[in-house]
Amino acid sequence: MVAPIEPSKLGALRNLLLSMNSRPGEADPHNTLVPFGEFETLHFARFVILDDQTTADYEAYGLPKPFYPLSLAFMGDFDGDYDAFVQALCQHAGAGLRRIFSHCAGYDPNADLARWLREREHRPSTYFFDWRGRTVRQLLEEKELHLALASYLRQNPELATRPALEVRDRLRQFVDKELAEGRIRLTPESTTPLAWRVRNTMHLILVPLALLLATPLLLIYAPFYFFQLRRRENSDPEIVPRPNQDHVTKLAALEDHNVTNQFSAMGGLKPGLFRRLTGVFVLWIINYSTRHVFVRGRLARVLTIHSASWTFIDGGKRLFFASNYDGNLESYMDDFVNKVAFGLNVTFSNGLGYPKTRWLILDGAKNEQAFRYYIRRHELPTQVWYNAQAGLTNANLERNGRIRKGIDARAMTEEEARALVALL
Amino acid sequence: MRSNVPSDAVDVSDVQGLVRFGFGHLTEACYLLLRIRDAASARAWLTAALPLVSTAVKLPQKPSTAMQVAFTVSGLRAIGVGDEVVSGFSAEFVSGMAGDQSRSRRLGDIGANAPDGWEWGGPGSEPDVLVILLADVGMLEDWRRQVESGSFHDGFETLACLPTSNLHNNEPFGFRDGISQPDIDWPRQRTPGTTELTYTNIVALGEFLLGYPNEYGKYTDRPLLDPLEEYADYLLSAEDDPSRKDLCRNGTYLVIRQLEQDVRGFWRFADQAAKSDPKERLRLAEAMVGREIGGDPLAPLNPSAIPGVDYVPGAPSNCFTYDQDPEATRCPFGAHLRRANPRNVDLPGRPAWFLSRWLRMLGWGIKSFRDDALASTRFHRILRRGREYGPGLGIEDALRQEPANDPKRGLNFVCLNANISRGFEFVQGAWLMSTTFNGLNDENDPVLGNAAAAGDCPYTGNFSIPRVGAPPQVLAGMQQVVTVRGGAYFFLPSLSALRYFCRRPTQTR
Repeated sequence: MVAPIEPSKLGALRNLLLSMNSRPGEADPHNTLVPFGEFETLHFARFVILDDQTTADYEAYGLPKPFYPLSLAFMGDFDGDYDAFVQALCQHAGAGLRRIFSHCAGYDPNADLARWLREREHRPSTYFFDWRGRTVRQLLEEKELHLALASYLRQNPELATRPALEVRDRLRQFVDKELAEGRIRLTPESTTPLAWRVRNTMHLILVPLALLLATPLLLIYAPFYFFQLRRRENSDPEIVPRPNQDHVTKLAALEDHNVTNQFSAMGGLKPGLFRRLTGVFVLWIINYSTRHVFVRGRLARVLTIHSASWTFIDGGKRLFFASNYDGNLESYMDDFVNKVAFGLNVTFSNGLGYPKTRWLILDGAKNEQAFRYYIRRHELPTQVWYNAQAGLTNANLERNGRIRKGIDARAMTEEEARALVALL
Repeated sequence: MRSNVPSDAVDVSDVQGLVRFGFGHLTEACYLLLRIRDAASARAWLTAALPLVSTAVKLPQKPSTAMQVAFTVSGLRAIGVGDEVVSGFSAEFVSGMAGDQSRSRRLGDIGANAPDGWEWGGPGSEPDVLVILLADVGMLEDWRRQVESGSFHDGFETLACLPTSNLHNNEPFGFRDGISQPDIDWPRQRTPGTTELTYTNIVALGEFLLGYPNEYGKYTDRPLLDPLEEYADYLLSAEDDPSRKDLCRNGTYLVIRQLEQDVRGFWRFADQAAKSDPKERLRLAEAMVGREIGGDPLAPLNPSAIPGVDYVPGAPSNCFTYDQDPEATRCPFGAHLRRANPRNVDLPGRPAWFLSRWLRMLGWGIKSFRDDALASTRFHRILRRGREYGPGLGIEDALRQEPANDPKRGLNFVCLNANISRGFEFVQGAWLMSTTFNGLNDENDPVLGNAAAAGDCPYTGNFSIPRVGAPPQVLAGMQQVVTVRGGAYFFLPSLSALRYFCRRPTQTR
């Protein structure tokens, strides 16, 4: 959801958002405005004031600095469908949300909140979620399961020398007992709604089909496309000054309070239709991969991203990127540069001032220092950030999932049991 | 793309010697941490002392003394380097090691390690200048007197003099140290590819010396000067932009941290965990470090030679990677050595074919959360030049009741890197202190770790030792045994930059 902020109310809005936090940038799950912790399908949420510092970069093309009103973005990563979540949100946090949005231009206190939100909704063009189908409830239950099993093993050190299958049997008995006594819970996975599965399958088939049908056209156009692309790549200005130190200090103050961090960034697209259409097409393709291929804990080689989204705003003239990742920013950037530079290039090289690329995927982020400067300069402080799975890295989540699977499994070989036990 | 500039040989006479040599034969040393009292006198001293600064030239006879000079950001300002030039240095250097809470948090400098409690380098006690003095046995005092002559005392106030001791290649816990160092590509023959599939110990010159291409084939950002500026002709031209003068060429950043080691605490913890069994105690301590106490690696040796790793008869072998120990049953994932230098390549599995390489880059073949979880080592190498302080203490003595006035022991950790953020800070923050390193959790470095809670992950005080066919052995309740007592980021200039500093007019003039 993106809404312009009433300029006279910007200071008040900043203070109000600040009041929701218990640590720098981190929301109190029980804050009175939007008690995020009460929504048991919500993984992550954030409020970001879209204060882009780089709009003057258009001057490199001899274009005037465009004017965009400062906007407020509110986004969440949740299980289930949009309508159900928004309904719950309006029901349990309606008053708080109204108070926040009353700082936005054109807010009408009598309007229907759910409708107001829907009218301002911006769906990401590409959305990545680390593990499709893993709900908040499931991951919290699996966390408890892991803690219970680990402490059981600590209390029974003699098990360390027993055959793994025997250990597993003991663990299963222990889990049964704990389940029976209600100390842990393992809710069976709820079935995915049929409508969603049908839609997903259609998407799975139709996108390649559409591409296949368009292949002759794409092939004919390809030489022209690459000619245009290379010409632009050679002439597009690189705008990678060192980020302002105050800006960096503000961003860093919000980082590393937890094993997981948030990241928000935005920038304008390069002028002209060519880059806009390239951006739309590329994100459409990548979204296919994040919907059908990268659904099990990794985005290409990167194993630390919980979720990531690319969203066009202002009629497609600007792109907003948001993600949640494990570890510190240095290692996140390192992954960008050394593991998935091609992916960063293909999406962000349509952005104004991005380090020079070749053939859309080469160079770019490989110009390591320029890329880091570019990213930091386009990054935005996230005023309010909520993380329902605080303390759990992607590695932890996957380990916990494997443990549960291993406990649930009916039969197992000694080797499989050994792998299970080694996880604890 | 690589910049197409001739790779001229480095003029080693312009480089301070520490970049090339550890000066191991000079067994006495001290680190003078200085404040500039009067810039003109400081410059006068530096002018007179220039011939004493040791360079990277190999001399026919090993010298019996050596001296190195480095500046913090406040030192550069105090000696008269203008703000415009200073702001072109790396952001970490300008901000300083203790200059920003977020940096301290990232480096693990919180709690007992927090800069507020430092003996030097914390708020209000930042040094301007570091003078490193090295000398043969019995010669240090004379050498110091000789260096601290002329206008030294008019120019400088001595904040601290960090002593060192000679523990004969062992660090205070008793482990053989300083075995693994990157092999700097002085002849400039290495042209790293975009994706390196072979582990090598040879590292591009630009990782350790500013003004040369680094492992990305790029020149690290640094201030370049207008050649028309006063005295700029003392400086060399920039290789990547010959129309500008390169103040940093042949210079690098020097990171120093005074790390106090609780030798008794370390061995007591191991002893308790081992229920006082001497063999088990040693095994646990070695698992924490990742080496045998004599220096041999826990990980199996590499079947083939590693470029840049020399075989030294009689010395512990450094010819290993962790490829032969994927389950970490020989050397734990979280061992200090494995954290500090994971010895991996850019793309695990080393796919040779174009197609398999691209599939691998798209993430095919990753089976678990620990496959491919690490950053590529070659971009995060540091050159260590530290020295121990305090008397040695054997294991048995360490376990005895400590005497009154037990002397302090530790390491004056010194490392060199051309990019502090990608070098020291990455190794320290993303590897050693990280609770998310390599798919681990509940633990940071078992030796250097601060055992501090990381956000909502409150159990940082663990150390897990994987075992064959059994759940990993978990040591809980790890104690902090290394405490940061001081630290700062310095710029170790070239000789030509030092000459330029000597000439530099003060800003007030």
